[in-house]
Amino acid sequence: MSSTTLGASSAHRTQPPLLVAGPLAWMRANLFNSWLSTAVTLALIYILARAGIGFVDWAFINAVWSVPISAQGVIDPTDCRNIKGVGACWAVIGDKWRFILFGRYPFDEQWRAGVCIALFIALFVVSAMRRFWRKELALIWIGTLFVIGVLMWGGVLGMNFVPHDTWGGLPMTLILATFGLALAFPLAVFVALGRRATTLPAVRYLCIVYIELVRGVPLISVLFMASVMFPLFMPVGLNPDKLLRAQLGIILFGAAYLAEVIRGGLQALPKGQYEAADALGLTYWQKMRLIILPQALRMVIPPMVNNFIGSFKDTSLVLIIGIFDLLTAAKVALAEPAWQGYSTEVYLVLAVIYFIFCYSMSRYSRGLEAEFGRSVRR
Amino acid sequence: MSQAVATDRPPAISLDKVNKWFGALHVLRDVTLNVAHGERVVVCGPSGSGKSTLIRCINRLESHQEGRIVVDGTELTDDLRALDTIRREVGMVFQSFNLFPHLTILENCSLAPIWVRKMPKDEAEALAMEFLTRVKIPEQAKKYPGQLSGGQQQRVAIARALCMRPKIMLFDEPTSALDPEMIKEVLDVMIELANSGMTMVCVTHEMGFARQVADRVVFMDRGEIVESGTPHEMFETPQTDRLKLFLSQILRGH
Repeated sequence: MSSTTLGASSAHRTQPPLLVAGPLAWMRANLFNSWLSTAVTLALIYILARAGIGFVDWAFINAVWSVPISAQGVIDPTDCRNIKGVGACWAVIGDKWRFILFGRYPFDEQWRAGVCIALFIALFVVSAMRRFWRKELALIWIGTLFVIGVLMWGGVLGMNFVPHDTWGGLPMTLILATFGLALAFPLAVFVALGRRATTLPAVRYLCIVYIELVRGVPLISVLFMASVMFPLFMPVGLNPDKLLRAQLGIILFGAAYLAEVIRGGLQALPKGQYEAADALGLTYWQKMRLIILPQALRMVIPPMVNNFIGSFKDTSLVLIIGIFDLLTAAKVALAEPAWQGYSTEVYLVLAVIYFIFCYSMSRYSRGLEAEFGRSVRR
Repeated sequence: MSQAVATDRPPAISLDKVNKWFGALHVLRDVTLNVAHGERVVVCGPSGSGKSTLIRCINRLESHQEGRIVVDGTELTDDLRALDTIRREVGMVFQSFNLFPHLTILENCSLAPIWVRKMPKDEAEALAMEFLTRVKIPEQAKKYPGQLSGGQQQRVAIARALCMRPKIMLFDEPTSALDPEMIKEVLDVMIELANSGMTMVCVTHEMGFARQVADRVVFMDRGEIVESGTPHEMFETPQTDRLKLFLSQILRGH
């Protein structure tokens, strides 16, 4: 009996008083610990509240959600004109969302592009789950990308053929980003290994030249080279398509940066890991695949995801060579006379779409780090 | 102490006038050393004397520039196939354990048999458990290296090397990174291994271990072999001043 009483009382005593731990104590320590900090806190609360209320007013309370459309399909944006600057005109999204999402893809066939977006997202989700990390995943990727290709192009199974210069919008962004990352990653691994191959000087210098050359120029000029200069050097008739050239440019550009990140991981690994693998008689590729890369890549997850996020957003630069990605589609949508001047609304929606993808990557990488950290560290 | 050492066969390891430089630094000078099958050799010497470099040359973690090294009948050259053959037959234990932190203890041990010896997975795991039992830590098989103490990690490293069923074992200061209370558990495993007839080359400062199991002690200083002989000869009647000085320093420390 006495022991239970003791246990209860000590359990009671381990609970700190309200003002030592917990949210109240945190606020006192961080927000109101002096007159100055209290004043700053209150001022910031005021500014944030004003901005928040202003935004809610603009985005929701004063917003126009739809505008009348005449029987001939002519839009009457008078309501939006009347509240310009006071409220958001979400009618532009309501009218243009399909164009922004799918670009010039034939209107009646846009369900196909929509299915492709869903397939891409499903592919990302499946790849993110560790229990699917086996050899079959490569087949799933090839299969899914094949189905996406069939859906986008069509021409079979009773679907009309849609040439890829009419593709656009989100599927285009996802295609550029997915192929860009999926092919840049293995290339980057080989380039990083090649750059450290001291016994193969030719390979080593080739990798160094490639990395330094690509890093020395902006992506915009790589894309310009791919779209304008490259065809000049090619013999007539052998001229790969513009989309393919841009895609190659994105892959080569992304891989150079990624390779340097991966090299960092390779260098950070203790020399003893290489020596232990050598001493056991593993071949070079076994050593890399089983011992070195699993550890080196785990170490560089944060900078690698940083790169992935950057590359994802960089795909929007294809705007300048006239490829119809999400950003291009949005810009073209805004060019319509009725909707000129409502770019804030459209760009806000674009920002949300980009944010969803980038923030998911960032959250996922944090989860991955934590998971790996648990199994390796003491 | 000294068990039957096969002298009729060609030596397990033969170094003939081996020279090595790190840049301008001459780290091995005309090192000649033969190790017979079943022989246990302890290499000692002050730090920087080239003893670690010497045994790292035996499985070519370092390459030598002059002289010949023949291991189990195969000469060490730039030929990669010869190198693969030798590394398969020569196990190595490092000062800093060098376990693979992303793999479990069992995976650490079964990895090389599976990939290098092409052994089926279950067979390799049974083999790994057998050697983990021999180093007295089968119960840790599912853990990761980071969860083990230094002594336990070093015993796993020994088991990992033994899983390749090597003919020769190299030890590069296996107890130097350990806390004093863990040295014995590692030395016990090494003594047991020595008693089983394994050909061993150990770089170590553990003179008690040398006395107990070594057939021969080799003393190195400044890249050359200064003196060698049985532990008794070396410790009781050292011939050179350098060895006398070294022994006095070592013994003062103990």
